[in-house]
Amino acid sequence: MTTATPRNKKIALLCAISMVNLSVLALGGEMKDVDNRNSKQNRIEIKDFAFNPQTITVKAGEKVTWINRDDEPHTVVSVEKQFKKSTALDTDQEFTITAGAPGTYTYFCSVHPKMTGTIIVEK
Amino acid sequence: MSDYISHDHEHDGIDRRGFLHCMAWAGTGLLWTISGGVLASKTLAQIAKAGEPLPATDLSFLQISDSHIGFSKDANKDVTETFKIALDRINAMPTPPSFLIHTGDLTQLSKPEEFDTFDQVLKSCRTKDVFYVPGEHDVLNDGGKLYRERYLKSVEGKGSGWYNFNKNGVHFIALVNVLDLQAGGLGQLGDEQLEWLEADVKGLGTSTPIVVFAHIPLWAVYPQWGWGTSDSERALGYLKRFGSVTVLNGHIHQVLQKVEGNVTFHTAMSTAFPQPAPGTAASPGPMKVPAEKLRSMLGLTSVQYKQGKTVLAVVDSNLS
Repeated sequence: MTTATPRNKKIALLCAISMVNLSVLALGGEMKDVDNRNSKQNRIEIKDFAFNPQTITVKAGEKVTWINRDDEPHTVVSVEKQFKKSTALDTDQEFTITAGAPGTYTYFCSVHPKMTGTIIVEK
Repeated sequence: MSDYISHDHEHDGIDRRGFLHCMAWAGTGLLWTISGGVLASKTLAQIAKAGEPLPATDLSFLQISDSHIGFSKDANKDVTETFKIALDRINAMPTPPSFLIHTGDLTQLSKPEEFDTFDQVLKSCRTKDVFYVPGEHDVLNDGGKLYRERYLKSVEGKGSGWYNFNKNGVHFIALVNVLDLQAGGLGQLGDEQLEWLEADVKGLGTSTPIVVFAHIPLWAVYPQWGWGTSDSERALGYLKRFGSVTVLNGHIHQVLQKVEGNVTFHTAMSTAFPQPAPGTAASPGPMKVPAEKLRSMLGLTSVQYKQGKTVLAVVDSNLS
């Protein structure tokens, strides 16, 4: 039963693919204002009081997601108030925006303002 | 050396000193006494160890800080309990303090239920008079609205919540430096508050003892970690002419002190969890340490201002 025959391998592969699809769908469902055509993940990890990567380049219309990996709450706030600010993100909480018009957007954590980052949006 | 049992009246292998030694890690706070305009501080552990009433003074009050109610990560999974223990220590003091000051971060995430828990636990404290300043954790999503509604009832809060009060000839100034922070910057008082401060102290005689308290240190403890206030120099400029100025802060969860002219700066320990010493870790934040290590770290340093001395004495107290 547990022998990895070519048929079993194929089934396992299909199962794996469908699980991946399911998780992508679930993720998409949480992001209400995200365009489904843009599936590229631009993820910024918040760790050790820093945004990583500190500068990220994305295409207009793509989504950008921050995830907080610290035991300390952080926020994501546009310096020039160019996009909606996050609420305080507790450990493992995420925040997603959709990149707007091309340009350079700087942001910071309003709780720990030493933490700054930049999003470069290209056409 | 101090861990040997010296008095075992109950023949149970525990002496008073050892018991207090063991318990001392759990709750931390500083007792401040003012006698003749000179401030002195003791850790709660020292008070418990001494087991004697405080010397007669004009005024004594207690600083607690950074209770972070709602925090439940590895650095301390039960911050409510350690907060309770800190309050038990206050209740056990032979001479109760006149009042408490809490130097901010009452809660972890500014949630109403966290403030509720804080208030509920605080009810067990015999000392009912409490003066607050907010930490950045108390003003996360609403600019401090909820905090101000709850914790400024007994004072005349101005602007984002700063105020003053007088006790026994001492002028207390509560400042807010955790709001409207600027990208790349530190804690901030802002023009409006600074102008208020300048006017507030203008009419006071230089012999008036001044106590200033705010959450983020009003001196550059470690700006790389945001441990400082960008416009604190201006505030201190207004206080330079006074003979005795004491600045009490929280935020960094460890005792540090500095004397500059007539100004003495102190930061208090947390009742919740330690943070690394400046520059000793990748970043600030809750520091996970083994329980035994935690005990040895909290209450590690106490500070004493001795009457008649202008320079404060720093006393290291290893509580393990």
